[in-house]
Amino acid sequence: MTDPQNPVGPQEQPGGPAASDATATRSSQAGALPPPRPTAAPAPVTPALLLLTVLVIATAGLVYELLAGAIATSVLGNSLRQYSLTIGVYLFSMGVGSYASKFIDRRLAERFVDVEYAAALIGGTQGLLLFLAYGHAVAFSLLLYVTLFAIGMLVGIEIPLLMRILRSELDFKDLVAKVLTFDYLGALLGSLVFSIVLVEFLMVPLEQIGLLFGLLNCAVGILSTWILRRRIYPALRLRLRIKGTVVAATLLCAMFYSGRLRALGEQELYGDRIIFAQQSAYQRLVVTAGDGRVQLFLDGNLQFSSLDEYRYHEALVHPAMAAARRRSRILVLGGGDGLAVRELLRYPEVETITLVDLDPAVTRLARTLPALRKLNAGALEDPRVELVHDDAMVWLDQARRGPFDVAIVDFPDPNNFALGKLYTRRFYQLLSSALSQEGLAAVQSTSPLLSRESFWCVEASMRAAGLHTAPYHVPIPSFGEWGYVLVGRAPLAPPRSLRQKGLRYLNDGVLPGMFVFPQDMARVDAEVNRLNHQVLVRYYSRELSRIF
Amino acid sequence: MRWSRREVLSLILGAPLATRLLACDRPSQRETPREIEGRLLGQDHRAGHRLRSSPPGDDIFARAPVQTTEVVIVGGGPAGLAAAYQLRRNGQRGMRLLELEAELGGTSRDHRGPSEALANTRAPHAFPWGAHYITQPLDHNRPLQSLLSDMGVLESDGRAVREQYLVRDPKERLFYRGFFYEGLYPAIGATQEDRRQWQRFGAKMQALARMRDGQGRPAFAIPMRYGSDDPTITELDRISAATWLTKHGFTSERLRFCVDYACRDDYGLTLHDTSAWAMVLYYAARIDPATGRGTQVITWPQGNGALVAFLRTSLAADQVRSHSLVVDVVPKPEGTGVSVHAIDTRSGKPMRVDARCAIVATPAFVTQRIVRPIRERTAGDADRGRQVDYGAWMVANLHLSERPQERGFEQAWDTVLHDSPSLGYVNATHQRGRSFGPTVWTYYLPMTDRDARAGRRRLFEPDYSHFRDAILLDLRRAHRDLPQKLARLDVFRWGHGMIQPRVGTVWSPTRRTTSQPLGPIHFAHTDLSGLALFEEAFEHGVRAANEVTAVLRGSNG
Ligand SMILES: Cc1cc2nc3c(=O)[nH]c(=O)nc-3n(C[C@H](O)[C@H](O)[C@H](O)COP(=O)(O)OP(=O)(O)OC[C@H]3O[C@@H](n4cnc5c(N)ncnc54)[C@H](O)[C@@H]3O)c2cc1C
Repeated sequence: MTDPQNPVGPQEQPGGPAASDATATRSSQAGALPPPRPTAAPAPVTPALLLLTVLVIATAGLVYELLAGAIATSVLGNSLRQYSLTIGVYLFSMGVGSYASKFIDRRLAERFVDVEYAAALIGGTQGLLLFLAYGHAVAFSLLLYVTLFAIGMLVGIEIPLLMRILRSELDFKDLVAKVLTFDYLGALLGSLVFSIVLVEFLMVPLEQIGLLFGLLNCAVGILSTWILRRRIYPALRLRLRIKGTVVAATLLCAMFYSGRLRALGEQELYGDRIIFAQQSAYQRLVVTAGDGRVQLFLDGNLQFSSLDEYRYHEALVHPAMAAARRRSRILVLGGGDGLAVRELLRYPEVETITLVDLDPAVTRLARTLPALRKLNAGALEDPRVELVHDDAMVWLDQARRGPFDVAIVDFPDPNNFALGKLYTRRFYQLLSSALSQEGLAAVQSTSPLLSRESFWCVEASMRAAGLHTAPYHVPIPSFGEWGYVLVGRAPLAPPRSLRQKGLRYLNDGVLPGMFVFPQDMARVDAEVNRLNHQVLVRYYSRELSRIF
Repeated sequence: MRWSRREVLSLILGAPLATRLLACDRPSQRETPREIEGRLLGQDHRAGHRLRSSPPGDDIFARAPVQTTEVVIVGGGPAGLAAAYQLRRNGQRGMRLLELEAELGGTSRDHRGPSEALANTRAPHAFPWGAHYITQPLDHNRPLQSLLSDMGVLESDGRAVREQYLVRDPKERLFYRGFFYEGLYPAIGATQEDRRQWQRFGAKMQALARMRDGQGRPAFAIPMRYGSDDPTITELDRISAATWLTKHGFTSERLRFCVDYACRDDYGLTLHDTSAWAMVLYYAARIDPATGRGTQVITWPQGNGALVAFLRTSLAADQVRSHSLVVDVVPKPEGTGVSVHAIDTRSGKPMRVDARCAIVATPAFVTQRIVRPIRERTAGDADRGRQVDYGAWMVANLHLSERPQERGFEQAWDTVLHDSPSLGYVNATHQRGRSFGPTVWTYYLPMTDRDARAGRRRLFEPDYSHFRDAILLDLRRAHRDLPQKLARLDVFRWGHGMIQPRVGTVWSPTRRTTSQPLGPIHFAHTDLSGLALFEEAFEHGVRAANEVTAVLRGSNG
């Protein structure tokens, strides 16, 4: 890992003239300060033990670097870039450290221990700090690179210092060979321990791994005060040991509270522990787990919580399926999480499900992340399901597939123009032409309570497209009161009984009430949302700002 | 002559901007990471040279292969194609169209077919090389309404535009001091007074949109034929837009930025050189007096190439001859018809089309040289060609493998940079509805020099790499990683891009008489209006076709 530049400084005098401890300590005159020696002969240190510290230092150094890369990837996405950047910055800062080591000419052993402590402290807490800064992209990047640079520099100082300390013990050829061997060995060890043992096998949370190696690093520092005791003035030895204890105690404390501290950082955004995070070409995907629930966020907006997603998806799928005359050819737009498909697959008469989702990363996640696979029961692997990755509107316009018996439309809320177009009159015209003459569609249409104008704007746009509508709503604890619209090319009546029994939320009792709107959610006049004039995006952002 | 980088960039972007951009341009970013593919494109050069010298003698064409038809159309731009479209509607089938270039469309042409640089099915399949949009026709413009109806652009009521053909929201965004903002008006940091003037300007234009002359005609209308030619209104042509603004107390820099942008965008001229009449037309003729609302912009991913493609279907393949440079349009003696002399630009061979009528739909500077009666009338009159100026334009298409980084308001159809001599770029996938993945940006740079010939020199002196560097320098302040995303960049140079409505030109007495037929020769082209708009070109094409139909019917009946 390290590539020390000129580890042996010119002014270095490991075997300087004897001087009394007291004068040597106090008189900080210009020039090199000779290390304290009882005799003029070089004091032997235990090379074997010191080489072991090289191993530990190298292991810890590599782990810090990998950690930074892993956390950067999980927060900022784009793993290739994050890893190459962190490795690059880290190696470079090590170079800077190696160079800087030449300016340390006195009290090498003491400095070495100090450097160990500093590395332990910064390296150990880096992960935790980064998680605390999670919600703030700029602060996060800044912190990432500042700490990464500091750690790299400290690690870069360590090896040259150690070599200089060991210089009197070994001859130069031996010295370089041994130190570097242990250094590289440590790197290998670090990468193996980090990825295979800690992350994959023991599944230690990332910030804990950092703290663990911080402690190890600190231990090496404290241990060095014994190994190098002959080179440290007795008065300083104690001070160094106390310092070490303080660092270790800090790290232990952080470890103890890390769960709570980290939660504090993420709480701002996600509340729970992040088990998956990725920046795809289209959006930011985050899956969190905790408190017995799994949640999916797209661009920071909650898509579902495993605690009550059944309410959302049952209400999205079953009323349409109950009202439909035929149920063999199904279209799903959006909904790459596979949860609506899971509900659809309950119907044996379903022959094909065409799922169109913009982002391959979402369907990949739904198929591969165990927590999600469990939720959607592997729905996307069903042979009846065909996956298409495209913009739903462009696909409807260009593919001209169909006719479909039932369409399920489940897009994120219209909080920008790129999404808003999926709620326009033109979109509903295209949707209509993809449906069979008796075909039906159920459309997620924002909340009629929290964003009442938006909801009725969506409904008005559907009617403007010539569709018949039957709006309905359902209470979903994670979202609040949520709204959908059932649309058809022919006049439609709300369904009165379900075709699926044994659902978790819906039954024939609640069904009719869903189509009744209480006073505070009742229809309001709203403009039609059009491609050339997207009022919905404006309604929605206005209503959203009223809530937050 | 060797140019320094700074000199060339100053030539293209203007010295103040080039200096500023070069100052904050880091050398590390300056080198384009790899050689970006691309080339210089333009109109057929040989044509210009040929036309400047006098045409070959009649004896050559007397012996040349000849085709005979009822109507011959010279020039396959929107005006010529509109003539063909209208002749066809009038039941006239005997026609032939001669076009100099390989492609039809004139300055409204597009690129069709997938981008070679973007091997991706989601990449745009068509993008413009010139004209981009028209505005929704008001009810007086029935001919254009029926064209749009035929194209399926209008709803079944024949008036409202189907929403997929109107520019998708958001229409435009402005890069201003490091960020993108919605719309074109730099509202951020505007003072009370700025806002007041902005509102007052809007109200003023609304009033002008409602204004009618003594004969009850709207003061301002597009096409111009439907508007007023009353001197009390056309006298605005004698002052510049800048003077008009000052006269009416419009001093706000932000407002003037928007008006200047409008003049550069539609006319390729600055506020100071644009006729105030033309500037007012831009705004007032695009407000529906009935509702007081602005008419909306109609566009297609390939720009007005979509109109060209539709109009072209009025002609069978064998009725169109491209690569045909018309050099002489000669009325036959005793009103027996007209003979059109042309040269095949690939073989250099002469050819001739004899017809009963001709519709000459070429730019005014060409028409003067190729129509014999005009050429003979103006021989020796050196000033004849100077009465109208043509603006030089550079249009570049940037093929991007992905969307570059940016900050602020999301992608829009049109992206404008606040202090750039360019007009910014239009995004080819916006109208399709794709906000991710590969795209093509069409970047426009009008040469707005006071002396049009200086502008043309600025267009033809730099070479390809200079344009590429200038464009990247201009756009990189908004999109840092643009060079990495750029797969190809082609530059099209329009030497005589469009006629310029400079102060005093639109309502000059000579312009007003040029649409009159000369015997069997009829005229169409946007230049006849003194400004370059599809609506004008279409109007002249339709009018000329109707004149010809009347003549032919009259002589047949
Ligand atoms: C960069 C640019 C952007 C523009 N953007 C817009 C826009 O957004 N909206 C808009 O309405 N207008 C726009 N315009 C104006 C546009 O030019 C007109 O709308 C329209 O193309 C004019 O049509 P036309 O047929 O009158 O002339 P042209 O398009 O000039 O067509 C004339 C045709 O005649 C041919 N020709 C010339 N000489 C000869 C010859 N000797 N023999 C045979 N053929 C000949 C030419 O090759 C050409 O095809 C733009 C122009 C430019 C340059």
